[in-house]
Parts: sequence; C-alpha cells; structure tokens
Amino acid sequence: MLSKKRSLFAALVAAIVLQAPSLAQAQTLLNVSYDPTRELYKALNQAFIVQHPAGNEQKLNIRQSHGGSGKQARSVIDGLDADVVTLALAYDIDAIAERGLLPKDWQTRLPHNSSPYTSTIVFLVRKGNPRQLRDWDDLVREDVEVITPNPKTSGGARWNYLAAWAYGLEKNGGDEEKAKDFVSRLFQRVPVLDTGARGSTTTFVERGVGDVLLAWENEAFLALKELGPDKFDIVVPSLSILAEPPVAVVDANVDKKGTRDLAQAYLEFLYTPEAQEIIARNHYRPADEEVAKRYASQFPNVKLVRIDDSIFGGWQQAQKRHFGDGGTFDQIYRPKGR
Amino acid sequence: MSLAFSSKVLSGRRATGRRRPGVLPGFGLGTGYAVFYLSLLVLIPLTTLPLKTLELGWGGFWSVVLDPRVVASYKLSFGAALAAAGVNAVFGLIVAWVLVRYTFPGRKLVDALIDLPFALPTAVAGIALTALYARNGWLGGPLETLFGLKVAFTPLGIVVALIFIGTPFVVRSVQPVLEDLEQEFEEAAASLGATRWATVRRVILPAIFPSLLTGFALAFARGVGEYGSVVFIAGNMPMISEITPLLILSRLEQYDYAGAAAIATVMLGLSFVLLLIINALQAWQGHDKRRSA
Repeated sequence: MLSKKRSLFAALVAAIVLQAPSLAQAQTLLNVSYDPTRELYKALNQAFIVQHPAGNEQKLNIRQSHGGSGKQARSVIDGLDADVVTLALAYDIDAIAERGLLPKDWQTRLPHNSSPYTSTIVFLVRKGNPRQLRDWDDLVREDVEVITPNPKTSGGARWNYLAAWAYGLEKNGGDEEKAKDFVSRLFQRVPVLDTGARGSTTTFVERGVGDVLLAWENEAFLALKELGPDKFDIVVPSLSILAEPPVAVVDANVDKKGTRDLAQAYLEFLYTPEAQEIIARNHYRPADEEVAKRYASQFPNVKLVRIDDSIFGGWQQAQKRHFGDGGTFDQIYRPKGR
Repeated sequence: MSLAFSSKVLSGRRATGRRRPGVLPGFGLGTGYAVFYLSLLVLIPLTTLPLKTLELGWGGFWSVVLDPRVVASYKLSFGAALAAAGVNAVFGLIVAWVLVRYTFPGRKLVDALIDLPFALPTAVAGIALTALYARNGWLGGPLETLFGLKVAFTPLGIVVALIFIGTPFVVRSVQPVLEDLEQEFEEAAASLGATRWATVRRVILPAIFPSLLTGFALAFARGVGEYGSVVFIAGNMPMISEITPLLILSRLEQYDYAGAAAIATVMLGLSFVLLLIINALQAWQGHDKRRSA
C-alpha cells in the first residue's frame, strides 16, 4: 500500500518536472472576465489561438476566469495576476487603476472607449407577454412583479437601474425628484433581489417568480436559445442604456510576466472583423459598423443613453450618486420618517 | 529556554510560586503549541479586522454599523440563527434519541444522512431548498395555496436554510453522551418510583444538557456566519430579508474594505459575547450538577 502510494507520488513529481520546461516556453494569458461572457470568450480564444503564429505550435494557452464583475476586480487588486481584464463596467477597472496596476487613462488606449462590444438592457417576459408589458411605465403597475439583481452587488443591475433612471428622467422632462420617485416605485415591485445577474435569471426562469426580468440583451437571447423560444419573449423598451463592458491590459502584471505584446495583440484581435463576427453571433452588439450592419436585424433599434452623457456624468459620478452610501438606491429602502 | 519562559508566563498562577510539576508531562510544550497554533490560525486573522476599521475613525465606524439597514440585518441574522438553533436543539435531540435508543432497519443509513449537510456545498443546499420552497416547487406551492405561507424569499426561508445547515451539530454533540448513558440509570429511577417524565427531566436531561448546549452553540454560530445557502432563499430585500454577511459583501463590492470590516467586527463581537454566555451557562450547569451530586 505504502509503496504504491510512494510510486504514485514519484510519478507525479516526474510528471511535473518533465512538464516544467515545456510550460516555461508556452505563453499563457489569463483573462479575468465577468459572469455572462463564458461562452463568448471560449469562442474568441479559439479563434485567437488559430490565427496567432504561436498558436499552431501549441505554445499558446489562454485561461479564463469568470465571476461577478466587482468580485473579479477585487481578486485582481488582491493579487490575481490577470494579463487582461474584460469586466462589466468601467468603474471596476477604474478601481484596479486606482491601486496603480494600470494607468488611470486606460479607457482611451483602445477604440470605442475600450469596448469592443456593447449591449443594452431589455425585458424578458413570459411567452405571449400575458401582462402586456411594453415599456418601463408598465413595470410600475401594481399587478406586476419585476426581477432584477441588487445594484450594490451586481454590475448588470447597475445598468438596469440607470436605464430606468434615464427613462424616468426623460419622461418627466428632466425632473430628478420625479425620476427618483419612478425608480423607487419600480423597485417596490421587486420581490427578490439576487446578488448577481445569473441568480436573477434563475429566479425568473427556474423558480417562476415575477412577470419580467431586466436583463442584458445577450443574457436574454441566451435564455431564449437555451430554454426554447416557446417559453419567453424579449421586449425592447422605448429607451435603454448603452452598456459598455470595457477591456484593458493590466500593465503591472504583463510587465512582470513579460506578456505585454501578447496581451495587447489579444485585445486588438477583439476588434478584427473575424472577432466581431463571433461577438455578434454571441448576441453582443459589435463595435465594427460593417459587422453591425450585417447583424442589424438581430439587434432592434432603440434609443440608447450613455453613461458618459451629462445625466450620469461618467461612472465615478454615477456610482457615487446612485450606488454609494446614502445614494439614490439606498434612499429607496430607507425607512420612512428619516 | 524560551519555551520554559513562555510556559511560566502562560501558566500565570504557577509562575508566581514554586513550580510544581503537574501529573501530566508536557504542559509547557502543549500550551505553548496550542497558543501558537490558535494565534496563527484564529487570532491574527481576526485582529486584522478591527485594524482595518481604524481607517474609518470613530464617527465613521458608528455611522456604518448603526445604519438602520445594518441594524435590521443584525436582528435578522442573529434572530434567525437563534430560532434555527432552537428548533435544531429540540428536534436534533429527538433524532439523537431515536438513533441511540432504538434499532430499526436502515438505522445506519439515517445515521449517515445526518452528516450530509456538512458535506454538501452550502450553495447547493440553498439552490435545492429554494427550488423546493419556491412558488412552483413541490412544497412551496401547496404551502402557499393551503396555508398562505410563503417560505422562499422571506425571513422564514432563512430559518429553514439554517435549520438544514445546523442539523448535524446538535445530533452529533448529543449522540455520544446518550450512548454513554447507561440504561440502568433509567431503570433505577423507575424502580425508585420516578414517573417517566421525572426520569427524563431529572436523570436524562441533566446528563445530556451540556452537550445539548454545545450543539446549540455550534448550530447558532454556524447560522450567524452562513452565507452560501441563505442568499439563494432569502430574497435579500433591504430591511426585511437581508443578512449581515450580505451587507458585508455589498460593502466589498463598493471597494469599501473598511466599512466591510467595521460590520464584520460588530458581528464578531456580538457572536463572541453570545458564545461566551452559552459557555458560562454550560460551566454554571456543570458546577450545579457537581454540587448537587
């Protein structure tokens, strides 16, 4: 028994020692991303490896890590040696930049605000839209239950919240108090606040709770594809938000590991027509106009506000105003009389 | 040399007078090791928590930990954990009793089942319970239509999850003590004219009470800190079904490490005080028994 164990151990050691030289030669990239991009980056990584010179010799290895956007950013801050980060919102990469791992102007280094793909927020409703939900206004009706994750813990939910805010603002001619009231009434219709976007999808789809799910467009398409178009419909509201999930090279890590060129090439590849095709096929809106035109029928035309528009003033300001301590989201749940 | 010194310091009372060697050898080495080990694994990680909160300053600390939402979450976390531990104490005791005192086919199987909540990743438990108690689940549907009782996505759901998670603690604490309790005691009590209830109350319960309390404390402590299973079933509505660990997490999501540490410190303090009380109760109970014996 003992000798068997020992020989197993020896074999393991041998395996590690023998592998070491080949590992040292192979180039490895670690892409730290957020939750719903699993399928997207699996396809993109394959395409990147095939077209890269080192890829043919099996010397290129791209590892993926997925999780809630904020949690992923914290892992990188705490020492996860990501070569590139591809997160749900710029605020999370800003947080990494604040710790000095990459320059603060990172978002200007790549085209389109460093966002090779975008998405927006749509409604996923039960088949046939039994509650007749057409636009944001319908979601604050007394007979409707809305499912969204908690903006405090989910990047996707922050886009949901801001989209609702933008609608409330536009409808009331820019009156902030009325916008706040609108969002507040919307959240009173929320029976469950999950911590992440996937959790909310599960609550809506598997548990049968709620009449409408506020979701990333790509998640809504995925739910439709995975669960059958006979169960759900997608409703596009009159106004939504342009969600820009940005990408960046983490300078401190690539300089330490000597992978800067590869990491840079990897992110630039995301903007090539080939990668843009893959992006569109995975239901993200491509940045490339040519590709976008070809897939235009897939992505309904909707009026989109942007996070950098004056009503939000960029992520730093929006985060502080809406999701920070005592921000507009906290005020919704503050007990009356305070 | 340093070892002898540390043992002198640690043994306190003994260091003042002549050193009388104890009956068991290795006191210095054993205690030194225990303290070193506990420091490394428990004390040092925990002291970093209050240290982290220093960034906030006194006023900042209080405004974070006394926020109405945070206060509501303490009530919920500790209340639900106490309720769940209470339920577990009663029913865990019955389960342990059945497993020890009766033989029936499949007993070993039931015995093995008890440990499953230990082994299962808590997220799996949470998802399974939510599926079961949701409106479209096997139990959730009938409960809601027949009794108007909502379990999933309410504070009640949290208690249900904590009962599940805490089940093994009481059973496994009480079981060995019950096994050691000779049935002769009960026979003697009966032959001396005690009623059945008097036997249970005055013979069996005093003997197993300390272990029951241990099981209760363990189940409670586990429930207070539980996150994985609860977030799925709780609904996480602010002021209603938001547990303290979730608020700590949402502070972290905002990169507010100090705020997260502040809430964690309060939780740590409250848990420590409650466990201390339970331990004191146990000591008092043991003392009482020895005196009456």
